Formats: sequence, C-alpha cells, structure tokens
Amino acid sequence: MSHIKIELRKEDVDFIKGVCATFNNDPQELINVLHTCQEHFGYLPAEIQEVVSDGLNMPVAKIYGVVTFYSFFTMTPKGKHPISICLGTACYVRGAEKVLDEFKKELGIQVGESTKDSKFSLSSLRCVGACGLAPVVLVGDKTYGRVAPDDVKNILKEYE
Amino acid sequence: METIKLTIDNKEVDVPGGTTIYKAAKELGIDIPTLCYMELHDMNIENKPAGCRICVAEVSGRRNLAPTCSTKCESGMVVKTHTPRVLNARRTVMEFILSDHPKDCLICSKSGTCELQAMAHRLGIKDIPGAEYAAVSTYRKDTSPSIIRDLDKCIMCRRCEMMCNEVQTVGAISAVNRGFMATVAPAFEQNLEHSTCTYCGQCVSVCPTGALTEVNHVPQVLRALVDPSKTVVVQTAPAVRAALGEEFGLAPGTLVTGKMTAALRALGFDYVFDTDFAADLTIMEEGTELLDRLSRHLKGDTTAKIPILTSCCPGWVNFFEEYFPDLKNVPSTAKSPQQMFGAIAKTYFADKIGINRKDMVVVSIMPCLAKKYECQREEFSTDGNPDVDFSISTRELASFIKQANIDIKNLQDEEFDSPLGESTGAGVIFGATGGVIEAACRTAFELYTGKKLERLDFTELRGMDGVRSATIDFDGLPLNIGIAHGLGNARKLLDDVRSGKSQFHAIEVMACPGGCIGGGGQPLHHGNSEVIKARATAIYTEDRKKPLRKSHENPFIIKLYEEFLGKPGSEKSHHLLHTHYFDKKKKIIIKK
Ligand code: SF4
Ligand code: SF4
Ligand code: SF4
Ligand code: FES
Ligand code: FES
Repeated sequence: MSHIKIELRKEDVDFIKGVCATFNNDPQELINVLHTCQEHFGYLPAEIQEVVSDGLNMPVAKIYGVVTFYSFFTMTPKGKHPISICLGTACYVRGAEKVLDEFKKELGIQVGESTKDSKFSLSSLRCVGACGLAPVVLVGDKTYGRVAPDDVKNILKEYE
Repeated sequence: METIKLTIDNKEVDVPGGTTIYKAAKELGIDIPTLCYMELHDMNIENKPAGCRICVAEVSGRRNLAPTCSTKCESGMVVKTHTPRVLNARRTVMEFILSDHPKDCLICSKSGTCELQAMAHRLGIKDIPGAEYAAVSTYRKDTSPSIIRDLDKCIMCRRCEMMCNEVQTVGAISAVNRGFMATVAPAFEQNLEHSTCTYCGQCVSVCPTGALTEVNHVPQVLRALVDPSKTVVVQTAPAVRAALGEEFGLAPGTLVTGKMTAALRALGFDYVFDTDFAADLTIMEEGTELLDRLSRHLKGDTTAKIPILTSCCPGWVNFFEEYFPDLKNVPSTAKSPQQMFGAIAKTYFADKIGINRKDMVVVSIMPCLAKKYECQREEFSTDGNPDVDFSISTRELASFIKQANIDIKNLQDEEFDSPLGESTGAGVIFGATGGVIEAACRTAFELYTGKKLERLDFTELRGMDGVRSATIDFDGLPLNIGIAHGLGNARKLLDDVRSGKSQFHAIEVMACPGGCIGGGGQPLHHGNSEVIKARATAIYTEDRKKPLRKSHENPFIIKLYEEFLGKPGSEKSHHLLHTHYFDKKKKIIIKK
C-alpha cells in the first residue's frame, strides 16, 4: 500500500546498494550504512532510506526511526553555509533562542531546513564547549561569540 | 533448571532461574501494576521494554527501585512491592505520564477499557500537579480506512511496535524521534494509509490507551437503519458469537449466537443473516479450486499452482500483495466470506425480495479491522455501490447494543433468517486458526474420494502453535497441509513457497494470532491468552452441536447453486465470488 514513488539516478541506487553489500546486507550494520550514505550524499532523504530498506531487507519505518533518533543524521541537504546555533544551557540562558528566532525570520526557514537557493541551512546544537562566548553561532567552520539578535543581519551579509 | 528462592512481601517463593520478579510475585498472588509490559503466553508474544517504570519495587541491596517486569529473580533477594517509597515513585511516574496526556476521557473511544485510565484510578491519581504548565505534545490525527491514530494519547509503551514488527513482521510502524517528540509512526511520519500496514489491527488490540482505535462506523449504520427507503441486511462472522459476551461481563468462551441474533433484530436490522453461510459457500468455491489444481498437478500440469493458499483473510491478502506480489497467482481466487456474502445479498437476495441493490445496505459484524478496508476496495463494488457497505467490529456492536439499552444477557435466543442465515459446522470453525482448512478438508475429501468421511474432527489441524502441519489421507493420496497464524509465521511458510522448498499442497493463513477469534476488532484480551483459547473452544463446541457439519451438505447452498450459480467454479460463480490480486510493492523508479 506504499505510495511513495522513489526517483533516484541509477548510479545513486547502485552506490547505496553497494554500501549495503559492503556491510554484508546486515541490518545490524544500519548505522554504518547510513553514515556512509550521509557522507556521500550529504543527507538522507526518504528516497535513500527506501533503497537502504531494500538493501538491508528491513522495514523503512525502522530506518526512519533511527535517522530521527540520532541527531547526527539529517534528512535535509545542508546549505553552502550551514548555520548552527548552540542551544546548550549557557547559550540558552544568554538568549540563544532569540538569536535563533532572528535567523529563522531573516532566512524564512525552520531548523532542519535550507533556503531555496541552498545557500544557508539552519540547525541547533548542544553545548559546543565555548560557554565563555555564549551565545555561540557557527557558520561553516567559523565561530561567532556573544551574538545578539541585532548581529544576525551583519553575519549573514558576510556571505552575500 | 536451577531453582531460585527469594522473598517477596515477606513470603518465600521458589521459581526457576530466569523468572522475572513480576512473574514470581504473580505466583504468590501479588499483583504488581504494569503498563508497558504485556504477555500472551501461549503465543510466545511478550513486550517488556521496561519503559514506563510503573512496575517498580524495592529490591534488597539495590539503591534504585527495579522494574519488576524485566528484573530477574536472584537467590536470597528480598523484594517489597508496595512500600510507601514504591507507591510514591509509582505516583510520580504516573503524574509524569499524565502531564503530557490529553484529558478528554469523556469522548475517548477507549474510555472504560483504557489501561491508562484504569491505572490512574488504581493509583488514586486525582490531580496532576503542574499539569497546566506542562508542555503537551501534539500530533495530527491520522484516519485510515480501518484505524485511527491519535498519538497525543500515546504513552510509548511500544506494544504496537512489537506486534507490528516482531509478531507480524510487517514493520509498518516504528518508534521515531527522541525525547519529547518521540512517538510511534510509519516511515517519514506518513499516514498509515500510505505505509505497508495490512490493517490487521493487532496494534490496536494491544494499545493500552486511545492512541490506536478502529474507525467507528456505528453512526453510518444507525443512519441506514432510520432511513425508511433502505433495507438493511446484517451478517455476523463466526468469531463474533464466541467473544461478544465478554463485553457484557460473560466469561470468555460463552457462546451468544442466539442472543446476538435477537439483539440485532431488536436494533432494527431487516434481515439477520450469517457470514457462516458465505463461509460454506467459500468452501464450495475454494475446495473446488483446490481439487481442480490438485488433479491437474498430479497429472503433471505445471501451470497448476500448488500449494493453494487460502484467501479469506483480508489482512493476509494485504500482506502478500505488499511483500509477495510475485506469488499473487498462488492464493485461491475465492473472495472472503464477507465479500461473497455481499455479492450474493445484492444480487440473488435483492432479486428475491424484489429490490434494487442501491436500496439495500449490507452491514457486516466482524472480529476484524482489515474488513473495513476490504469492503472499500474498488473491485468489490458495482457502479460505485459496494457489495458490503459498512463493516463494524465486535467491539462496535457491543457499544451499539449498550447504546440501545438492550439487555442482551436476558434475551431469548433467536434463529437467523433464511436463506442466507443457514450454515453448517464447517462455516463456524472459520473463526479459529486451522478451521478454514479443516472445513475445506471435510468437503474436498468427500468430493475427491466419493466416499463418506467417517471422522469429521481433524484434531491434528487444531491448536495454537504458530506454524502447524499435518498430512491428511485422501484415500491413498497423502495431502500435506500447512497452517500459519500471525503474519510472521505466514512469512516463514511463504519464504519456502517462494524458494520452491514447500512440500505443502494447501496452506491456511490467518493474519491474527489465534485466527479471527484473536482478531483486531474483538473485545480486548488485555494480555490474557486464556481468553483466546476459550473462544476457540466455544467455536468447536458450536460446530459439534450443528446437525450438518460439511459445507456441501448445506441445503441452502445446494439450492443457491441450483437456482442461481450453476455449479462451483461456473462462470457466474467466477464473476460474483472470485477476485484477483494486485502488486502493491513499492517501486523504485530510476531516473534516467
Ligand atoms: S494494523 Fe497490523 S500491519 Fe498495520 S500497523 Fe497495526 S500491527 Fe502493523
Ligand atoms: S500507540 Fe498505543 S501501543 Fe503504541 S506505543 Fe503508543 S500507547 Fe503504546
Ligand atoms: S485473521 Fe481474521 S480477524 Fe485477523 S485480519 Fe484476518 S480475517 Fe481479519
Ligand atoms: S552552552 Fe553554548 S557553548 Fe556551551
Ligand atoms: S511495566 Fe515494567 S517498566 Fe513498564
């Protein structure tokens, strides 16, 4: 009764099937298979999970369960400049949520999404170990400390 | 096995190694409350994720309270199950669960049979401190043809996940997300309708709360009953009569056939008929198909597919269409009894009473949720008018009878109407695992050998083992029969058919553990497999009491063929009583 129609290029399907085969098509290796696929494609959309389900002969619902359980898996493609906002305790107390809201407003996207032009994507993090600089924002490899909502526009401008 | 001695609530008990504290306490008659834990002993079904922590107790030498449903007994252990500390912990756990739970018990379809509600009552919860500040998770309500998912009411016991994945091996649903947003859902949180769900309803039958319930069709049936232009015909499946009484406080296994008939008449149905009649008809068609395929096979015709698989369970049909579409020519083409009944009611019977099929409403009372979906399949309607209009579960019927203030326990037994209410014992046993194939053997034996069957009770085909097999002697021809109930067991037999290893001539499959008596629409068993066994006993008792016990001896079936269908397998029979199957496996489309 599944109505999902999956569209992938042949070489992508072959790649995923190949990864499954490397791990002996063993459902126990699901996490490793997903890691390898995410490294290759950058994210794990439904289509990829369906092919993994086929390759490991396990229900796709279980795979989706694992993908949504571990925060290092993502179902949306990262933007060219991935933006992460720390929501650890220190950052949170110092107003990280307001900063996050500002990014959402400026970019018109929610956490876990990316902009239409794939330029930016938005995610949140647990403590990144720079509490002294709270609230902390990462754009790609660059770290911004003591970010206030008013700084958001300027940060984004750097990547115009 | 080693024996372990321990003390629970100051009483000593000896248990075999590996026993959990919960079970040891039960031996002593100590009832520790549980929520997520569930066991169906005779079916090897167990759920113990140790997630809810309602079952905790104090265990000597341990700092923390231990979940008794999953903690094993150790020698010399001293356990205290109801100390103030334990009671306090249970209350805290319960308050926590309830703080994120809707409080609309008033209109919840599980109200009265909800285990969470009962637990709140048992633990004396009258107030949930801080509930007004607690965040409440919200999910959309998902309504499929058979099942409603209202996950705001989910307490993450994961019983449904265990049923769907381990027992049924369907894997339509799984625990997804984490923390606050954790829930049980199909892949990508699609609606159930777009998942691989078979609508077997086994998740519904174990869900302790109102998170998973059946779609309620009683209001539509009521509307048909008040519409003077409609003739409303009802059919009742075999398994219903063996379980309906439970909803009215009767002991499991109490047969209420006559009272149920009386109650249906009192509810205002114009004709009270029996799906058992259609079960007899199914045997005529399926049995003929079996013998035809078998004799062609024995003559060396390789186009004759052996084994033949039964096709009367719509949950099972959904399963093979999804997972074994390559074998879709193997099952019998005979429709399920529900659909055979509808097809005959809206042609033969409508003609007989001189009405148009559009003015007839056919209602079925089923132990099953998959039947709700089945009767909505397009191929089972004529010009948009379905052969069966509404299918309601045993539970829905019970609620309907209560609404109408009918005192079913004190009704005089009544008989079904004629002609579609007449059946043999063979029709009755369709309700239990092994019953369909036993009924088929009774008829096929006599048709094949031309001899009278001396022993009608094929006890070798009965029982509760998940996969069973027996060889029946057809006067020199050994016929190998396989039986599976529960879709996980069916998968095992199907894998053999696919690989060509199967030695069976015929296989019966029922999606639900125990067969339809354990169906997803039956009164809740609350984890007690004795209930299901008692229903099976009731079914076989009814069979024994019937004057006729072979489908082909049913005089009304004989008449139906004489007056209307011709003979089994005729063109007309094919048109009305047979169907075909579809490949529903998801396709991976490759972009060029
Ligand atoms: S109805 Fe059956 S197949 Fe569907 S989700 Fe429930 S247990 Fe799984
Ligand atoms: S839907 Fe019901 S059975 Fe499934 S986890 Fe939630 S409460 Fe338990
Ligand atoms: S075994 Fe019976 S109750 Fe269960 S899905 Fe099949 S027909 Fe329905
Ligand atoms: S809480 Fe944000 S860096 Fe530690
Ligand atoms: S019943 Fe033991 S943890 Fe839920």
